[in-house]
Amino acid sequence: MTLPDDTVAHLRRVLQTPELPGDRYEICESIGHGGMGTLYRAHDRALARDVALKVLRSDVAGPEAAVRLEREAKILAQLEHPGIVPVHDVGVLADGRVFYVMKLIRGERLHDFARGSSRTDVLRVMLRVCETVGFAHAHGVIHRDLKPSNIMVGSFGEVLVLDWGIARVRGVAEQDGPSIAGLAVATSKEDTAPGVVLGTPGFMAPEQAQGLSAQVDGRTDVYALGAILRAVAGADIHAGPVPRPLQAIWSRASSPDPAGRYASAAELAFDLTRFLDALPVEAYREGLGERVGRVFRKYQTAIILILTYLAVRLLFLVLRGL
Amino acid sequence: MNKPVLGLLLGGALGALDGLTALISAPEVRPEIVGIVIGSTGKGLLAGLLIGFVARKVNNLTAGILIGTVIAALLALPIALHADPVTGKRYIWEIMIPGSIVGLIVGYATQRFGRPVAQRS
Repeated sequence: MTLPDDTVAHLRRVLQTPELPGDRYEICESIGHGGMGTLYRAHDRALARDVALKVLRSDVAGPEAAVRLEREAKILAQLEHPGIVPVHDVGVLADGRVFYVMKLIRGERLHDFARGSSRTDVLRVMLRVCETVGFAHAHGVIHRDLKPSNIMVGSFGEVLVLDWGIARVRGVAEQDGPSIAGLAVATSKEDTAPGVVLGTPGFMAPEQAQGLSAQVDGRTDVYALGAILRAVAGADIHAGPVPRPLQAIWSRASSPDPAGRYASAAELAFDLTRFLDALPVEAYREGLGERVGRVFRKYQTAIILILTYLAVRLLFLVLRGL
Repeated sequence: MNKPVLGLLLGGALGALDGLTALISAPEVRPEIVGIVIGSTGKGLLAGLLIGFVARKVNNLTAGILIGTVIAALLALPIALHADPVTGKRYIWEIMIPGSIVGLIVGYATQRFGRPVAQRS
């Protein structure tokens, strides 16, 4: 006797559903997969709310992966910022796999958001991403896997940087600067060892792609932010020409040479803000014609109103002469 | 700078300029130009102040522009209806239209710029 396909599929789903300790959380559905974990929507019975639950995938489960997921939970828990998902709980499944519970965010990933939004809206989102990354850098954390699919835009406009699983905490490979309490010792030595490559091609800085871990710092994330900017605000997604100052911003951010990049995510955010405010940006030296055009666009309505006033005055002058 | 002060300053400046343009559009009024400029400046100051107060309450560009235009037009109306004592001629459109556009500009400016009033905690 053979079981029907849908029954087999159901049994497979049941077998794959994590067996949570206690009865506080009830798994509702799988809502996504990452390189390290599977994400579930779960119901928190104690607080009567839905939460997101990230569980280490069984095919990658092991001591190294468990440490990494636990580390991610600790990083998220200690980086309290509107752009970083708050963690509520952490634990171990009956089969030994680590899981953590965080706020459930409903929204879309940056690449989906970019397709249905104006370039300006996308840049405003990127500005908030830069601020979040800058906050993490200020606390000694380098994300190392920034890409559009790791940025979520919530349905109420919240912007969140996700997947801090391979983040590097200052204090392991380099001994200077502050570090988040308790995380430095928990950071995997393998992650920061020379020759080890972790990240996503296309968004990885050359020093990261070459496994030059000693050279990985905040500017490595700046490179990824530049690559993301190009991917979500470029001509591939938005109609019309890409403004040269914007091109200059992402080119400088994703310069192959770390010394040629913005020194920090905060500096990149500063230039993006200036671009959004129609002010000259540091990454681009504009000509006289471009400057006039930019000022006109910035004060377009006011200039049109004044010209209208002058035109009316002129009209009465002409009519008077008739 | 808060919105009423912005409206007051911009309205006064544009009102003075508006009055001075009479030297070009109606040279025969040259002997009365001081009175015209003072009157136009006063009208601009009052219109700007009113528009600035409206901008503090109404946070909408279209509404701000419309209200600014109407306020300036209403303030310009009595002057426009006042006939020239020498020629007996009325300059209705010559006064109403530019005056209204000044209100429109101040309405726009007070919506776009100027600090809204601080919220009490």
